[in-house]
Amino acid sequence: MDFEFSAEQLQLRNEARRYLADKCPTTVPRAVLEGAGSYDKGLWQGLAEMGFLGAAIPEEYGGLGLGYLELCVIAEELGRAIAPVPVSSSIFLVAEILKAAGTEAQKQAWLPRLASGEVIGTLAAIEGMGGGRPSTLKAQVSGGVLTGDKSPVLDGDIASLAVVLARHAPGRDEAGLSLYLVDLSGPGIERTVLDTIDPSRSQASLSFKGAKAERIGAEGEGWRLYEEALDRAAILTGFEQIGGADRALEMARDYALQRFAFGRAIGSFQAIKHMLADMYVSATLARSNGYFGAYALSTGSADLGEAAATVRVSATKAFQHCAKNNIQVHGGMGFTWAMDCHLFYRRSNLLALTLGGQNEWEDKLIDRLRAKNAA
Amino acid sequence: MNFDDTPQEAAFRAEARAWISANGPRHLLPHLEKAGFGGLELDGLDPMQEAKAWQKKKYEAGWACLHWPKAYGGRGATPIERVIWGQEEGAYGALSGTFIIGHGMCGPTVMDWADEDTKTKRLPPLASGEEIWCQLFSEPAGGSDLAGLRTKAEKDGDDWVINGQKIWTSGAHYSQYGIVITRTDPDAPKHKGLTMFYLRMDTPGVRIVPIKQANGQSGFNEVYFDNVRIPDSQRLGAVNDGWKVSLTTLMNERLSIGSGMSAGFPDIFEFCKDLELSDGSLAINDRGVRSKLADWACRQSGLKYTGMRAISALSRGETPGPENSIGKLVAGSSLQEIAMFALDLQGQAGVIADPKLAAMGAKFQAQLMRSPATRVEGGTDEILRNIIGERVLGLPEDMRADKGLPFNKIPTA
Repeated sequence: MDFEFSAEQLQLRNEARRYLADKCPTTVPRAVLEGAGSYDKGLWQGLAEMGFLGAAIPEEYGGLGLGYLELCVIAEELGRAIAPVPVSSSIFLVAEILKAAGTEAQKQAWLPRLASGEVIGTLAAIEGMGGGRPSTLKAQVSGGVLTGDKSPVLDGDIASLAVVLARHAPGRDEAGLSLYLVDLSGPGIERTVLDTIDPSRSQASLSFKGAKAERIGAEGEGWRLYEEALDRAAILTGFEQIGGADRALEMARDYALQRFAFGRAIGSFQAIKHMLADMYVSATLARSNGYFGAYALSTGSADLGEAAATVRVSATKAFQHCAKNNIQVHGGMGFTWAMDCHLFYRRSNLLALTLGGQNEWEDKLIDRLRAKNAA
Repeated sequence: MNFDDTPQEAAFRAEARAWISANGPRHLLPHLEKAGFGGLELDGLDPMQEAKAWQKKKYEAGWACLHWPKAYGGRGATPIERVIWGQEEGAYGALSGTFIIGHGMCGPTVMDWADEDTKTKRLPPLASGEEIWCQLFSEPAGGSDLAGLRTKAEKDGDDWVINGQKIWTSGAHYSQYGIVITRTDPDAPKHKGLTMFYLRMDTPGVRIVPIKQANGQSGFNEVYFDNVRIPDSQRLGAVNDGWKVSLTTLMNERLSIGSGMSAGFPDIFEFCKDLELSDGSLAINDRGVRSKLADWACRQSGLKYTGMRAISALSRGETPGPENSIGKLVAGSSLQEIAMFALDLQGQAGVIADPKLAAMGAKFQAQLMRSPATRVEGGTDEILRNIIGERVLGLPEDMRADKGLPFNKIPTA
């Protein structure tokens, strides 16, 4: 049995960790949070040059042609660094949808530019409150032209390419949904930047008024492709969450060692020690589940759906748990703007929602376990 | 990343599988597969006799105590081979419960600390299941604070005379031997005045009294020592070096890696699939139920894959990391939460504990009453959190009021 990343993959992780420790200390996400742009352009370009963006994009489309396991270890490091860059939108979602459903021409047109970071992609699916049920989706394409509103769209203000989930025919069911590529540099698009819980990753609402749209994947396959894309992204984002959870736990541990009260390090108090032990338990469960996800993703296992929901539920819980208790361990200092605790707290809660809330993923997990059990 | 055996592992697995398939006590399988909380029920057969028969058979074919050297009745197998054996033995493994403490803890302690003559005489019958060993560590005043133990051993000529009381001794009533940790120097700080011995459980002055547990069963004992005289040759390790010896025992407990403890998810999932709630809907379609199920599913799966990571480390010839320490901590509270939730779903009828009347043979009612012990035995939840905090995360020890004090000056009330 070898249920572990290979020596080369672990080396890549260390390389990514060193790079990000150098180029993305917490001052970098903090600067974006405080208004210095929607993302860090220098870091984005650097990640492209390091080959990290194109790690899992085939060589013929400008990538490194490595696999999902390599992308998982990179994702973990991006999460650990709470990097303020649109990797999840551009790579985990859009590049993956292109790889899964794009025509040769579509792949040639977009994948090399996604790998080089020249183009930022985003997935525009949700239309307001209540999550992405097919019945809530109204945006429609007719005659190759898209009309409708999508909000919130992660990285929607900076993306130049969107994959849009929209109707090819009016109605409320999933059979009427298809995916479309929309070049956001074209006419007929209005963007409004949104005020969110984590401005270190920007979000926008997109209003399409006759934007040119080109279908990707077969007509009526939109919902299935969308759900499959969410599963793959849930595993990759899960690694971001695992990295974030570990870092928040380390911050809390370091502070508990260094902060003295009542004449002793606060980490010697069982109330604090046990809180940290419980954070370690959450983070460890999430990491082990993450390995299951990485395995399923890299092998195209029949258990991919189950693995994706397991990673998602487990990693969301772990990052939220570690980030909120990191503030608690820091006490009053943890609630200051100057300390970094809130950066992790914000990111943990952003990532808990971007691919759909915990409720949705719990439902998916139970549905999938049931289907497997019945089979 | 894969779950595949190496060629050597695959060959070992095939050999183990073939032997088990040809020799396993197949007639017991239906009962063993149902084994849960409480003792083995073998439909009228004597569980002890069946357990010993299976152990003897394994021993004769070289499949007992795989991790022990051949000279002492083992197989000299690698840690990963031991794991593979456990996977292949499957439900038959439930028959080994009687021997776990002897094989996993007492045997390795004897192996590390006894003289050659003792090892040659005592270890093979322990491996073959002819002799059963127990571990006499916990005391009424020394549980989580094990080194606070008070059972004393006093030198008298070439002998030692032991007086005191042990508690929570699994299997004392059917064991032939035990290892016992005692206080030999009450003037030294508590960790420094302890000495380890082994003894026959029928030595005059040893009295064994079963403990009736909160759930009505009796798996443990109190063991009283009243002027129990044993020769110095039964000492394990140096005088007053017993704490170090006990660490060998406890380390071996931690090195036994299985395929991860169950957090109890499969049972509650099975139960919710067909259960109708009061409004006529199925429990499994209820949002609140689903949320809890998803949490337990993630804990179950997290423990499973944590176990796989440890096994992979063994397969690579490495020592597993500290992550395996979360197993019992996660499983214990999950089992208890699941039991309470399952009873709640049964409504007022959840109180019924009669296996003929209650859902799933009253499994959850039994789990309700047994799970509190899981959170205590072999290290309480709190001690496990201390271990994670101190040994994994590197946090400082709690302040100790007894630090450096002679044992007999430590406040006790």
